[in-house]
Amino acid sequence: MHGRPRKPLKPEDAAASAAKAEKLRVLQSQFLHNHHNHIYSKEAVELSTKLLETNPELYTAWNYRKLAVQHKLTENDSDPDSLKSILDEELRVVESALRQNFKSYGAWHHRKWILSKGHSSIDNELRLLDKFQKADSRNFHAWNYRRFVAASMNRSEEDELKYTEDMICNNFSNYSAWHNRSLLLSNLLKRKVEGFVSKEKVLPDEYEFVHQAIFTDPDDQSGWFYHLWLLDQTVRVDSPQLVSSWPTPGSDLILLGDRCLDGCASSPFTRFHLDSRTFPLVLYFNQAVEGVNSSTITVDSELNTNKDLVWKPLSSCNSKAAQVWVTQLNLPDGNTHSSKVFPVEVSLGHSQGIISSSGFHYSNPFCFAFRVSLQFVETQPVEALGKEIISWRDESFHNYNAHSQDSSPISSLYQLSIKNDNELTDFEWRAATIAKEIDHFRELLSLINCKIGKLTLARLLMAHDAMMCPPANKISHSEEVLELYNDLMRLDPTHVQYYKDQHSLVLLQQVTSNWESLLSRCFHYSNSPSNRGSPMCLQLKNLSLSRLGSFDKLLWVQMLDLSHNELRSIEGLEALQLLSCLNLSNNILGSFTALEPIRQLKSLRALNISYNEIGAHSIDTTKYLCSSPLSHSVGSEWNHGQTVIDDDIKSYWEAYFILKGLNLTQFDIVGNAIVNEKFKSFLIKVLPGLKWLDGEQLH
Amino acid sequence: MQRNNSRDAAHRRRWQRCSTAVAATTEMRGAAVVMQKTETLTKKEEHLLLPNAAIAIVPLPDATAPAHLPLLCRQPSAQPPHPAHSFGGGFRFYHLKELCHLLRSTNSFEAEAGRLMTGNESESELPVPPYPPIEPTAFDLIVIGTGLPESVISAAASASGKSVLHLDPNPFYGSHFSSLSIADLTHFLNSHSTPSSVCPDPLYSDVEISNYASRLLSQHPRNFNLDVSGPRVLFCADHAVDLMLKSGASHYLEFKSIDATFMLDADAKLCSVPDSRAAIFKDKSLGLMEKNQLMRFFKLVQGHLSLDESEENDVRISEEDLDSPFADFLTKMKLSHKIKSIVLYAIAMADYDQEVSEYVLKTRDGINRLALYNSSIGRLVLMFQNALGALIYPIYGQGELPQAFCRRAAVKGCLYVLRMPVISLLTDQNSGSYKGVRLASGQDILSHKLVLDPSFTVPGSLASSHQQLQESFQAFSLSDNKGKVARGICITRSSLKPDLSNFLVIFPPRSLFPEQVTSIRVLQLGGNLAVCPVGMFVLYFSALCDEVNQGKKLLHAALSALQKLLVTGTAGNSSTAQSEDMEEAKPTLLWSALYIQDLSLGQFGSIISTPTPDGNLNYNDLLDATEKLYWKLYPKEELFPETTSSPENSEDDAGLTLES
Repeated sequence: MHGRPRKPLKPEDAAASAAKAEKLRVLQSQFLHNHHNHIYSKEAVELSTKLLETNPELYTAWNYRKLAVQHKLTENDSDPDSLKSILDEELRVVESALRQNFKSYGAWHHRKWILSKGHSSIDNELRLLDKFQKADSRNFHAWNYRRFVAASMNRSEEDELKYTEDMICNNFSNYSAWHNRSLLLSNLLKRKVEGFVSKEKVLPDEYEFVHQAIFTDPDDQSGWFYHLWLLDQTVRVDSPQLVSSWPTPGSDLILLGDRCLDGCASSPFTRFHLDSRTFPLVLYFNQAVEGVNSSTITVDSELNTNKDLVWKPLSSCNSKAAQVWVTQLNLPDGNTHSSKVFPVEVSLGHSQGIISSSGFHYSNPFCFAFRVSLQFVETQPVEALGKEIISWRDESFHNYNAHSQDSSPISSLYQLSIKNDNELTDFEWRAATIAKEIDHFRELLSLINCKIGKLTLARLLMAHDAMMCPPANKISHSEEVLELYNDLMRLDPTHVQYYKDQHSLVLLQQVTSNWESLLSRCFHYSNSPSNRGSPMCLQLKNLSLSRLGSFDKLLWVQMLDLSHNELRSIEGLEALQLLSCLNLSNNILGSFTALEPIRQLKSLRALNISYNEIGAHSIDTTKYLCSSPLSHSVGSEWNHGQTVIDDDIKSYWEAYFILKGLNLTQFDIVGNAIVNEKFKSFLIKVLPGLKWLDGEQLH
Repeated sequence: MQRNNSRDAAHRRRWQRCSTAVAATTEMRGAAVVMQKTETLTKKEEHLLLPNAAIAIVPLPDATAPAHLPLLCRQPSAQPPHPAHSFGGGFRFYHLKELCHLLRSTNSFEAEAGRLMTGNESESELPVPPYPPIEPTAFDLIVIGTGLPESVISAAASASGKSVLHLDPNPFYGSHFSSLSIADLTHFLNSHSTPSSVCPDPLYSDVEISNYASRLLSQHPRNFNLDVSGPRVLFCADHAVDLMLKSGASHYLEFKSIDATFMLDADAKLCSVPDSRAAIFKDKSLGLMEKNQLMRFFKLVQGHLSLDESEENDVRISEEDLDSPFADFLTKMKLSHKIKSIVLYAIAMADYDQEVSEYVLKTRDGINRLALYNSSIGRLVLMFQNALGALIYPIYGQGELPQAFCRRAAVKGCLYVLRMPVISLLTDQNSGSYKGVRLASGQDILSHKLVLDPSFTVPGSLASSHQQLQESFQAFSLSDNKGKVARGICITRSSLKPDLSNFLVIFPPRSLFPEQVTSIRVLQLGGNLAVCPVGMFVLYFSALCDEVNQGKKLLHAALSALQKLLVTGTAGNSSTAQSEDMEEAKPTLLWSALYIQDLSLGQFGSIISTPTPDGNLNYNDLLDATEKLYWKLYPKEELFPETTSSPENSEDDAGLTLES
C-alpha cells in the first residue's frame, strides 16, 4: 500500500522469516522434483498449492499448475462438471494467493488464463475486483484485470467510465483510475459511440473534471497526467499532414554544376552545388508515416521519365515508418543547355496508402510544383565545397545583406499546413480550449509556485503558438515559455536535463519562426570576401542547445554551425539532406553512436566533431538506445565480407559503423579522448576520400 | 422493584449479572420487562447475557413481579419471535434491538405496551409505594441523576471497584440528556420549567410547544426519541468516542454517520461544507481558486499539526499567528469571505460572531478544532470503509449514551434504582459534613461521596442548621449561571434536502437578521436513525444567548428560516403559487418545541454537582469537565484505566458499530 515507511526488521521477525524461508526451500525442492518428473498427482498439485499460498511470486509453480490443469483436462475431456471443478479449484488458489500478495503478477496472469478457458463464470470476477479495489483503489493489477473482465463480459464502456468517475470522486489521487478513464474515452471517441461522437462535446467536461483535482491539490500528480493526455487529445490532428518539403512549393531552383559562374544573380538560398547527377526531394510529415512510394506520390517531370522513384524513410532504426521521406531525382545525362528549365510537379493524397502509425490515412489531396534550372559553366575554378579546406573561424563568415530576389525558403510552409486544415470549426474550439486553459493556469500560478503548473503552462503556450501559426498578428509566447523553462531549471534541478531540452526546442522554434530571425543567423562563408558565389551558413552556435528540433524549417540548410552548445545527441538531423558542412565542435557528444543520423547525410563533405567527449566515457549509454552493428535492425547492412581492416574494426567498430558510408573530404576530431595515432590511421583507412584531418592535409 | 444483594462475594458476582440484565431491560423504558432471578446463572446463560446484551424474561410466581410481565411471555406462538435463544425453565433471551422491534412492529403488543407507558408516566411524579428496601445501606458513592456526566462518573467509579448507588427520580435514564417520546418530552419540559417548592429555580423556561398535526402524531405514540439536549452529534475522534471505547460502553451502541454539513450562504441558500479533500474535489459551488485556497489552508494546518513543537520550520504557524484571532489569520491566508465563514462556523463551530463579538476564537483553538474535525474524518475512514463524514449519531437518540454508561456501571456492580427521589441529606451532627441521603421510601443510605445532577435541589432539612454545608449548597445554585442556550425541536414531513436525511445545517451569525451574534446549528435526522417514523424528520436547533428574549428571537428566526427552506426545498421546480397551495393542504411542520435552558458548570464541594448540557455540538467540553470532577472526587484513580481491559473489552476493540 502507499505511504507506509519501511522499517528494519525486528530480530524476532527476522527469525520468523528465516524459518519461513527454510520451510519454503523444502517445499520448493519437492515441488521442482515433481515438476521435472511431470508428476501431476493430487498430492503433487496440493504441494504446489501450499507453496503458492505462501509465496505467490513463484512463476514456475504457476506454469506447473497450468500444465497440471492441461493434463487433468485431457483426462476428463467429456465431463463438464469435473472440468468446472478443476478450474474452480484453480480460481480458489489464485484468490488465496492474491490475499497473500495482491500485486502478484503470476497470480493475476494465472487467473486470466483460467478464465480464458471459458468454462468459469465471469460474474464473480467483478465482485472479487471490488474487494481488491476497495483494499487498494490504486492497485494497477486489479485495474488491469478489470479491463480484461469488462471486455470479456461485454460490460459497456460507459458503465466503466462511470466507475472511474466514482473512484476518482472517492479519492482523486488515483492514477490508475485516471488512466483507465483515458483508455475508455479514447475507445469511445474512436468508435464514435453515441454521446462520444465529437471531441468538442466530450473534452470540455473532462477538462472541467480534471480541473477540480488539479486546483484542489496541485501537488498531486495523477490529475496532471490526465490533463497532459487531454492536451494531447485537443492538439492532435489524427490524420497525418505534410508540413514541409524541399524543394519548397513554387520555388525556382538553380543547380550549379562542378564549376560555378561567378556573379550569379540568384539568391544563395535557392542555389545548390551539385557534385553528383542527382538531387534530393524531401517530404516532411508531422508524424511518422508509412506507405510513401511511387504509387502514393506522383512526381511529374522530365527529370525522371523512365523509372519509378525509390522513396527512402529517414529514421534511425530500420523501421518502415518515418517522419521524413526522401527520393533522388536524376538529372539528364550530358551537358544540357544552361537555360533549360525543368518544371516538377509533386502530388500526394490522391490515392490512399500513406498511413500514420496509429492507423490514420493521409487524406488531404495536395499538389505542389517547383522548377529546376541547371547551370554548367566552365570558367574559372572557385571554392566549391570539397575543393578547399573549410575554416570555421569567425573571420570566414560575413554578414549577409538580404537581397530583394531572396525568396524565403520557409515562407510557403505555413501556407502548406493551413491549406491542409480543412476542419475549420474543429480548429476554432481547439484554439479556444487552449486559450481557456492558459488563462486558468496563469491564474493558478498567480497564487502558488507550482513546478508542474509552470511546465503545463509552457506546454499550453507552445501548443497555442503551434496552432496559431503563421503568427501573423499574434504575439508569439516563446519568450515567456523560455522564461518558464529557465525558472524550472532553477526550481527543479532533478529534471534539469528535460527542461534544458525543452528550452532548446523552443529556442530553435523561435529562431526558425520567421524569415527575419533566420536571416540574422545566416552568414556568407568565404575565405575571400569578394566572392559572392560562396555558400550560406546557418550559425546556431553558443545557444546552450541540448537538443535539436524544428528541422522542418531547415531542410534547405547546406552549411550548419552547431558548435559551442551542449548537444549529447543530434537526433533528427538526418532530415537535412542538403547538408554538406557540419560543425559540431565543443559539444558533449559522448560516442560515435550519438552521431548516428549523419549516416544518412550522403552529401556531407566536411564534419567537425572536435572537442567533444567521444571516448571519455567507458560506458556508452546511448549504445542501448541507438542501433548498433550488433542490433538486428542494422544487421542487413553489415557486410562482414567488406572488412579489410579487421583489427581496427574490433577496436573502433562504432566509428567504422558511422563513418564507413560517408564521403568526407574534411574531418576534425581533435580534442576527443578517443583520438590517438592508431585511431587516426584507422580514420584514413575508413575514409579514403579524406583530404584534411584535423586541419592537416593528407597525401 | 426488588433488588437482590449480599455482601457475600459470590452473591455479589451473581448480582452483577442480574443487574446487567436489568440495565438491558431498562433500555426499554416503560415497556421494559424486569428480570428477577434467584438462582445463580450458569456459564452458558452468562455468556448469552453479557456480551450480546440479551434480555431475560422470566415468568415469576412472585407477587412482586410487575403486572405487565406476563405480556411478553404471552408471546403468541403463531407468530414466532425473532431469532431468540430459548432454553429450559421458560426463559427467553432476546436481543435488545429485536425486542424493541418486536414491540414496535407487533400491533397487539403496541396497545398494551402503550398502556403500560402511560401508567408509568402518571407514576413518574411520585414514587409508587411500597419501596423495597435497598441493601446494603452504605456505599462509597451515591450518584443522583442519570445524565451523561453522572453516568460516566458512576461507570468509572464502579470500574475502579467502588460501590456505587445510582438513583434517579425519573422513570427513565438520561435526565437532561435523555431521548423521550413527544408526550414524555412535553411533560419533562413542563415539569422542569415551573418553579415549585422542590425546585425553585428550574432549568428550563419559556417553553413553547405547538402541535399542528396531533391526529397524525398520536398514531405514533412510541416512535419518537427526541433529545432533550439537542442538537448534538459525536465527532469520530472526540472525547466521548474515546471514553466509550475505553469504558466498553460502545458495546451497547450503534451509530450512523451524518451525511453532510451545509451552511446558509449570503443568498439564503444552503451551500455544502467542503470538509475534506474529496469533498472539496466534488463541491460544485466553489470556484477553482477557492478550492485551491481552501485545500492549501487545510494542508498548512495539517503540516503544522504533524510537526513537533520544537521543530523550527516554515511550515509551522508562528506563535504570533497562533495568538491572533482565528478570523484574522484566515484573512491573512487570503481565504475568501465565504470560505472564512465555512471554516469558522461550520468546521471550527465558533459560537459567536468572530468579527463583532468579544468571544473571539484564537488561531490556536481554531486549529485544534480543525484538527479534531480532520482526525474525525480520518478515524472514520480507517474504521469504516464507507463512512466519509466526520460526525456520527447514535441510533435511537442521544439518550442511548448515558444508558450505555449506566449499563457499563451495572456490569461493574453499580446498583440502579429509578423513580427514587431523595428527600433529604444526612449530615454529621458534630462536623456537619455530608453523611448520606434519605430516600423517598424513607430509607437512609450512607455514603462517603455524593454526586448530584445540577437540576436537583435537595431540601437540606437535616443539614439546614449547619453553616458549612449551606455554603456549599449555595455554590450549586443555578443563579450564578454563565448564560443560556436556546433550543428548538421540529418534526417535519419533508427533508430540507430532498436526497438526504441526516445532516447538519449552520446559520452563521448575521445570516438570519443583523443582530444575530451567535451561530445557530441545526441537525436534521430521519427515520433511519430510529428517532422518528420513516417519512418524518426531526430537526434540532440551538444557539447561545445572554437572556430569554434574545434566545426567543433566535429560535423564532431559525424556525421561520427552516420553514422557508422546507418550502423551497420541497417545491422544486413547481411555481410558488402551486407550492403554497400544497403547503396549505399538507403542512410540512407537524410539531415544534422551543425552550430556553440555563447553563451552569459543574461545581465541586463536599458534594459534587455535574454540569448542565452545554451549547456545543459535541460532548467534549462536558466530558472534560466531568473528568476534572472525577479526578477531584478520586484523585488517585484514572478514568477507565486501559490496563483493566476485561475479557469482554478485548473481544472486539472496535466495539463502535456503525451502519452506513
